[in-house]
Amino acid sequence: MADEQKDSQQPEKPAEPQKSAAPPGEAKAAVPKPPPPPPGAKPAAPAAPPKPKGPQQEPWSSPLVDAIKEKFGGEFVKSYSFLGQNQIEVKKDRIAEIMTFLRDNEIVPFNYLVDETAVHWPKTEEFEIVYILYSHAKNEQVRVKTRIKEWEPIESVASVWTTADWLEREVYDMFGVQYINHPNLKRILLPEDWVGYPLRKDYNIRLQDVEWVRKHLGIDSGQKYYVGEARHEDEGYITPSD
Amino acid sequence: MDFAIDYILIPFIKIFIVFNVVAGVVALLTLAERKVAAWIQVRLGPMRVGPYGILQPLADGIKLMLKEDIVPAGADKWIFTLAPVISLVPAFIVFAVIPFGPADAFTIMGHKVGYVITDLNIGVLYVLSISSVSILGIILGGWASNSKYPLLGALRSAAQMVSYEVALGFSIIGVLILAGSLSLVKIVEAQKAAGYWYVFLQPLGFILFFACGIAETNRAPFDLPEAESELVAGFHTEYSGFRFSIYFIAEYASMIVVSCMAVTLFWGGWLRPFPNVHILDFLDAIPLAPLFWFAAKVVVFIYAYLWFRWTWPRYRYDQLMKVGWQWLLPLAMANVIVTAVLVLLLKG
Amino acid sequence: MSTKEEQTLFDASEITVSMGPQHPSTHGVLQVKLKLDGERVIDAECVIGYLHRGVEKLGEAQTYGQFVPTLDRMDYIAAVSNCLGYCEAVEKLLSVTAPPRAQYIRVIMTELNRISSHLLWLGTHAIDLGAVTVFLYCFREREEILKIFENYCGARLTTHMFRIGGTQYEIYEGFQDQVRAFVKDFPKKADEYETLLTENRIWIGRTRGVGVISAKDAIDMGLSGPSLRGSGVEWDLRKAKPYAVYSDFQFDIPVGEHGDTYDRYMVRLEEMRQSARIVGQAVEKIPDGPLMAKMSKIIKPPIGDIYHSIEAPKGELGYYIVSDGSTQAYRTRVRPPSFVNLQSLKRMVAGHMVADVVAIIGTLDIVLGEIDR
Repeated sequence: MADEQKDSQQPEKPAEPQKSAAPPGEAKAAVPKPPPPPPGAKPAAPAAPPKPKGPQQEPWSSPLVDAIKEKFGGEFVKSYSFLGQNQIEVKKDRIAEIMTFLRDNEIVPFNYLVDETAVHWPKTEEFEIVYILYSHAKNEQVRVKTRIKEWEPIESVASVWTTADWLEREVYDMFGVQYINHPNLKRILLPEDWVGYPLRKDYNIRLQDVEWVRKHLGIDSGQKYYVGEARHEDEGYITPSD
Repeated sequence: MDFAIDYILIPFIKIFIVFNVVAGVVALLTLAERKVAAWIQVRLGPMRVGPYGILQPLADGIKLMLKEDIVPAGADKWIFTLAPVISLVPAFIVFAVIPFGPADAFTIMGHKVGYVITDLNIGVLYVLSISSVSILGIILGGWASNSKYPLLGALRSAAQMVSYEVALGFSIIGVLILAGSLSLVKIVEAQKAAGYWYVFLQPLGFILFFACGIAETNRAPFDLPEAESELVAGFHTEYSGFRFSIYFIAEYASMIVVSCMAVTLFWGGWLRPFPNVHILDFLDAIPLAPLFWFAAKVVVFIYAYLWFRWTWPRYRYDQLMKVGWQWLLPLAMANVIVTAVLVLLLKG
Repeated sequence: MSTKEEQTLFDASEITVSMGPQHPSTHGVLQVKLKLDGERVIDAECVIGYLHRGVEKLGEAQTYGQFVPTLDRMDYIAAVSNCLGYCEAVEKLLSVTAPPRAQYIRVIMTELNRISSHLLWLGTHAIDLGAVTVFLYCFREREEILKIFENYCGARLTTHMFRIGGTQYEIYEGFQDQVRAFVKDFPKKADEYETLLTENRIWIGRTRGVGVISAKDAIDMGLSGPSLRGSGVEWDLRKAKPYAVYSDFQFDIPVGEHGDTYDRYMVRLEEMRQSARIVGQAVEKIPDGPLMAKMSKIIKPPIGDIYHSIEAPKGELGYYIVSDGSTQAYRTRVRPPSFVNLQSLKRMVAGHMVADVVAIIGTLDIVLGEIDR
């Protein structure tokens, strides 16, 4: 109980930078559970002068990365580690080949595709496709990232891991990423006649919701939406805030 | 005049009594099912309507009567309406030959009155043939609904009935050989004369009969035609309100029929335990004693029905077929042959 | 009548049956379009999304702390696991570690939640195969767990038990006794379920050799959790990449042999016992100390991304969070185990009967709230 009180009294600011200052991030997160700093961990605080802005990307390399560099030369962009999690960035053109190599190689065979997803970066009009791979044999995890321009197709990895079938369908559903050689590329969570791709940053989800309800149920959903001309006179109308 | 009394008045009164008693028992059975299920499952069951929920069947009945009567748009209206009745009627008219007690128990004003509506000399045959009709109701109901799940349920029940009817028929033949009669009254009297219930001579026959009986009445673990987790509700998916409850009543009535048949054929019908021990003869002097023994035995079987239902998982369709054709039928046939040979050797 | 009708009556060798979304044993609003030849399944196609609420989009519109309760609505059977996974992911991004006392409470709650999730699975799975009584036995024990949850945080289902950086609530008086009593009784209760099922011929007949998937296929399909372990892959994130304080406890990972429904049933049963074992160990040595780590009240993780996964009752539950340095996540991706596991349904049911489809849906242990998000 006493510790709890101390906890709340403690000024919050210094705790975080002090931590990331010592060995920036990496080793900390990788080691399962370092004992937490004792309640009143003051002595460490003064030893952290420059305040670097949080954990940084650390250069990372491994035999596997070297093998990729060697085999796919120009496709390789960079490899780094962030908070102890290894990441490889590659170009998108030969992604299926790279993935097949990652699955079949002898060094760390990534036999398990944990997840495949995307991140939309509207400023550069890019999508980042993220593959999270895991190797049961070596107990290692890696993230492979690749970037595509908007509306640019990318090769499917469903032929490499069957898991990718639905995962890619979801990415298509939510981001509109076009996969080549996908066995069954259609919407998975949303209805077939849904308009647009909701997880894109520029997607007006409220307007779409109102339209959808109006079209299929013939009623007003009561949802407040931003886009102007349609229903200015409505009470629910709010001006765009940002 | 005598003719009118013997063949019209007395049977009419008996039918009236039996019909009402059976209907009442069915109602009680719905409650019993819920109560037994509850006890098996560590809960109380219906407790709100009447003391310990004994008026629950009444409330259920009223609710089902008041429900909207829905006939699906694509359904064959006539058959859809007729099917539950086809299922219900045979379940009830089978009781015409079931002996609840001796056929000539007392004489009232010179007219012999017994505990059986009519002692038909081909009683067993009558029961088997009439109860097969009730399956027709299930098949027609599933088919007339014009819906896929009921159709699958109907097909399942058709296959199930055909398979198990055969084994059921064979399992009885052992008893018929021993009794030398098709009359249900004569079969019980033969057991009395023999001094023991036929279950002790025909244990295998009894087990097969009861297993097939459960399958015939679509009860767990053979309740595939209405497997609710696979076919939603099977053949009666599209039925609602009172039509649904008619199917329900038919199912419970069939359960009672099978229990009655098992008691009559194998467990000495209205006979008391140890019919050959004469010290116990005073038990027969008690009024309505035959009815008591009969009812008590039936209750045991009904309980077994409920017990199985709430304990076992359900067979899969192909496993059901396998059990029926590969186990029950060969065993039943072997039972017939062994019984026949033994009877021939021991009597001849 | 018309030629079309004649065709459906006599020519059609296969019929299409839509199982769900309103079906008693699809465990929610799952629709499976089955192509049947008689009762044999030729092909199955899952139609999902009826429960889609856009959880990932919501994650972009709420602050990290606000988003946590939303996650309880994903796998509502195992809300505690959802909460734990997300809190740990954000903590990892913040480079914060929850204090040991909080960690222990987390482990106890998560493991109790695993038991309750598996109990619900066992009950519904048994009902699907016609054994109704098991369901009520399971709910009897699940009730005890939910009572503990209710006493601890006031909620039974969508618990929102943990906070980023630790836990909010101190354990209540009598907590340890209640948990101890449950852990002591539970193995006996688990034996009780087994008496109803494990050696029952019908149960074995319904589950042995049904929905078989080899270890290689299972990994290729991305299966995780008990569904993968049923195929004989001894892989459990609690051991492979220990999170929270799982490395402090002794427990075994049960694995199956044949990869069929029966093996997965045995694996989950044993997992419940192992979870009870973990809880038993944890409750004896809850350390003293604070409940929350020292951290800013306003959660502003550094720019970057993180993937953190935990062993949820259904399988690997992962969170991929991209932070742009603001108070709201730039992108929150949930790696739902049920979604990925359900994908293997198509392969598992091919050639089986309709009755097996419900057995296989049951054995995959899916929750539609998590699949559709």
